[in-house]
Amino acid sequence: MTRKLETVLETLKGTHCAESLQSLVEDLRGIYDVEHVVYHALNIAGSPYAALTYTNEWVDRYIEEDLGRIDPVIQTAMRRFHPLDWKRLDWTPPGARTMLGEAIANGLGNQGYTLPIRGPRGQFALFTVNASAADRSWDSFTAETAQDLMLISHFIHQKVLEIENVEEKAPGRELSPRERDTLHFLALGYGRAQIADRLGISEHTLRVYVDSARFKLGALNATHAVAVAVSSGIIFP
Amino acid sequence: MIRYVCADELARFPRLAATMFRDRAIQFSHRLRWEVSVDDIGAERDQYDALNPIYAIWQRPDGSHGGSMRILPTTGRTMVNEHFRHLNGGVEISTPLVWECTRFCLAPSAMRNPREAALIPAALMLAGCELGLRFGLTHAVGVFDARMIRIYRSLGWSPEILGREGTGRSAVAVGLWPVDDASRRAIAARSGLPARIAAEWFELSFPETNMAAIAAE
Repeated sequence: MTRKLETVLETLKGTHCAESLQSLVEDLRGIYDVEHVVYHALNIAGSPYAALTYTNEWVDRYIEEDLGRIDPVIQTAMRRFHPLDWKRLDWTPPGARTMLGEAIANGLGNQGYTLPIRGPRGQFALFTVNASAADRSWDSFTAETAQDLMLISHFIHQKVLEIENVEEKAPGRELSPRERDTLHFLALGYGRAQIADRLGISEHTLRVYVDSARFKLGALNATHAVAVAVSSGIIFP
Repeated sequence: MIRYVCADELARFPRLAATMFRDRAIQFSHRLRWEVSVDDIGAERDQYDALNPIYAIWQRPDGSHGGSMRILPTTGRTMVNEHFRHLNGGVEISTPLVWECTRFCLAPSAMRNPREAALIPAALMLAGCELGLRFGLTHAVGVFDARMIRIYRSLGWSPEILGREGTGRSAVAVGLWPVDDASRRAIAARSGLPARIAAEWFELSFPETNMAAIAAE
């Protein structure tokens, strides 16, 4: 885990309302040295939700002219689940090129990286970082931060579900006995190697179990997952 | 060469797509006798093909399928969670950093051709590792014909076996692969493929636009 990511997760822990989420999104600009950060859900419990740093003028214009129709980022993200590097999208339609030019005139950078996020109840959200950069330095940035962005996008989405009181757990997303055992041993202070040994699995598998458990619990790291599991009575240390 | 194709783009590669689904029918239905459904034109598809997965496909010079696999995120619906959870201690693996690879398939004619039989599986593994590294993943999880364990090992990228069941040709295993640069280098070294080639496949399938040029228009 990078130090930047740790900083973000630490802040997210203390984030419990839309205002503090908005200020986290604003802080992300400085942490990752980018122009803009956008979290945009098309549908959270029936209505859209956004935390973003674009100017109001650009957002109004985008909505007014319904630019989502021609925006290759939206159009591609609606169908795909993988991270989208803007420069690898189809910018051949003249409308898309004009839109990009207008976006840049409104303070956006020429590069972007967008992660589509889908929830079990049909929720669909996008998380974007946008910056001004030459192609090569943008490549280094995305290579270094792809994992951070993957995690942050999902954690912010989970946080929004929490803020909006949306029940995020689909049926069957409960922890399995093996995940509970993992958290139980972590709560007892065992090291990862010891736990893996006791459960008869490798440390790689243990890491996936912990990641999976923390994601289901909406926890930000292993320690937080243990805390959530204890406080919600899933485990009794 | 490897082509990464999302299901929504398969129509752009009709021959590649048709031969992939046909070869999957031959491998999984005829040869392994898995209970998969094959349609009246001899194509094997299931419900996960409808989720717009990414396929990594070896495309031969004549445009046909040499081998392939199917990739989906574990935050959505996956085979390993919906059908093989019991092989994994009941754990539902669901995290943004682990994606699922299934339907690892080799064209029957490639199996009979020693050069292709060595090259294509290695290329698919390298392509999977490259995609995972690009997208920031830590692991891949997969369900496969258990006899493939030996082959994966020989390719330099061994999965950790989380569980298995059945015997002989109906033996199925669930495995976990670490996605890291060491794995990418190991697969490349073992196969003789240059490690850089997977980056070229990625560029070919997800070509870049010169963003500065558009901005300057």
